[in-house]
Amino acid sequence: MKILAIDTSNRPLSVAVLDDDTVLAAITVTVHQKHAEYLLPEIERLLAMADLKPTDLDRVVVAAGPGSYTGIRIAVTTAKTLAATLDIDLVAVSSLETLAANVPVEGALVAPMFDARNQNVFAGLYRIAGGVPTPVIADAHTNITDFLKAVTEYAEPVWFLGDANHFADLISTTVSAATPRISSWLNLPQVATIGLLGQQLDPVADVDRFVPNYLRLTQAEAEWQAKNPNKKDTESYVEKI
Amino acid sequence: MAVIEDGHKILSNIVATQIKSHQRFGGVVPEVASRHHIEEVTLCIKDALDEAQVTYDDLDAVAVTYGPGLVGALLIGVTAAKTVAFAHNLPLIPVNHMAGHIYAARYVEPIEFPAMALLVSGGHTELVYMPAENEFEIIGETRDDAAGEAYDKVGRVMGVNYPAGKTVDEWAHQGHDTFNFPRAMEKDDNFDFSFSGLKSAFINTTHHADQIGETLNKQDLAASFQQAVVDVLAEKTQRALADYPVHQLILAGGVAANHGLRERLERDLSSNPVTHLVKAPLNLCGDNAAMIGAFAYVAYQHGVFADATLNADPSLEFDWVEDPVK
Ligand SMILES: [Zn+2]
Repeated sequence: MKILAIDTSNRPLSVAVLDDDTVLAAITVTVHQKHAEYLLPEIERLLAMADLKPTDLDRVVVAAGPGSYTGIRIAVTTAKTLAATLDIDLVAVSSLETLAANVPVEGALVAPMFDARNQNVFAGLYRIAGGVPTPVIADAHTNITDFLKAVTEYAEPVWFLGDANHFADLISTTVSAATPRISSWLNLPQVATIGLLGQQLDPVADVDRFVPNYLRLTQAEAEWQAKNPNKKDTESYVEKI
Repeated sequence: MAVIEDGHKILSNIVATQIKSHQRFGGVVPEVASRHHIEEVTLCIKDALDEAQVTYDDLDAVAVTYGPGLVGALLIGVTAAKTVAFAHNLPLIPVNHMAGHIYAARYVEPIEFPAMALLVSGGHTELVYMPAENEFEIIGETRDDAAGEAYDKVGRVMGVNYPAGKTVDEWAHQGHDTFNFPRAMEKDDNFDFSFSGLKSAFINTTHHADQIGETLNKQDLAASFQQAVVDVLAEKTQRALADYPVHQLILAGGVAANHGLRERLERDLSSNPVTHLVKAPLNLCGDNAAMIGAFAYVAYQHGVFADATLNADPSLEFDWVEDPVK
């Protein structure tokens, strides 16, 4: 099975192509954040290196959020369009889970997080079980202090990944159990790992309806919800004319 | 999404509108608009191909709007188009949205050069001179609000749902120009427009009436507003046509569906021996992909292609004319 994996959830642009368990090629760029311009050219380069055509692909795996609005939008649009237009599988993984998968320690508790500003984070807690991250605390957009309190309840060493160093002081004062020191490359998405994860997961049932997992409402939506507490945001707002 | 043959035959033209979403928030919320595009993009591609009864093998190129517009919305189109072009090894044609609006007129008749376009929409009000195919030069544009924007603002004041253009147009036909609002820059020696003074005069008039408890006739208000807009647009267009004797005047953009404006230009142009009026078809005045395909055919023949680095350009503009005729 030929798999293309894509992650542009945050600053790094990361793409890989795999043939079953074999990583054929992988590219990670962290020096700029021009995902709109460079995602597709990097995919072209990647497939060319692996001597593959787009039509050789069997599956696209994408880190579908949370993360930067623009980043996950571009990754998801590219991935779903590619899957739809080639009529192949689309698999979505959590952008936080893909970071958690960087920790190869069976049984470890891993807390990947992205800085969402104003003391907020996108974060989740995972346990590595059978070599894959399984959710313990679901991914959420949350206050960092609340999240750390919840993590502390487990009274176990926790691997903090991602933007955790932005909150190093807070982590050291809140979390009593030892937190393993990690090398900085573990904070980057290892997109080959995403490909491997995506091999084991079920494809998205409805590719056309697939959207990024933003994990937070826009300001306009939040205000609308506050003004209309009894209404549900389930209406369809798009019509064909 | 549309499938277009040879730049003038519509095989399919799928338009998904988010007006309900805009109404929910009282306007466009860029983040939400972008998400709706992600929800619809692959379905619309499929629908466009199905309705046209073609497959990817039948296509010669993929064309996409890359500007101007909301960056979040443009990015979805550009990203999807690049991906389809890459997946099926098709050339990619970048299209200026405003060139697309002008080329809606191609579905009425072939464009003869030199030509002039009066482009009126929610984001733009400009006069574009086209000396030859694939050449666009702005000779005048709004200094402040676009005409469509002014329609939406006065519509809001009168309690009309967004977008307000159609209702204001209807009311205008039932009323009379009794308020005599200012015609900005009508006599100035340039081809530029301004609508903010008109908008303020309108708001002041209604505000003052509210304060003294007077109820104004909405039909007359709409008629007076529309007459001022149409006078300014028509006057500047006449002035431009006097300096640029073109074969065609093309009326295009969302506000080109306005009946008051269409009728006025028809009257103005009926006695013009040099220039005849080409109005974009009513159903192709608003944003659609058929118009993008019409211009893409021209771009294709001129060898205008983009590579996979194509990015959205939210403030894309035609060049200004280098040597304005004065
Ligand atoms: Zn438009």
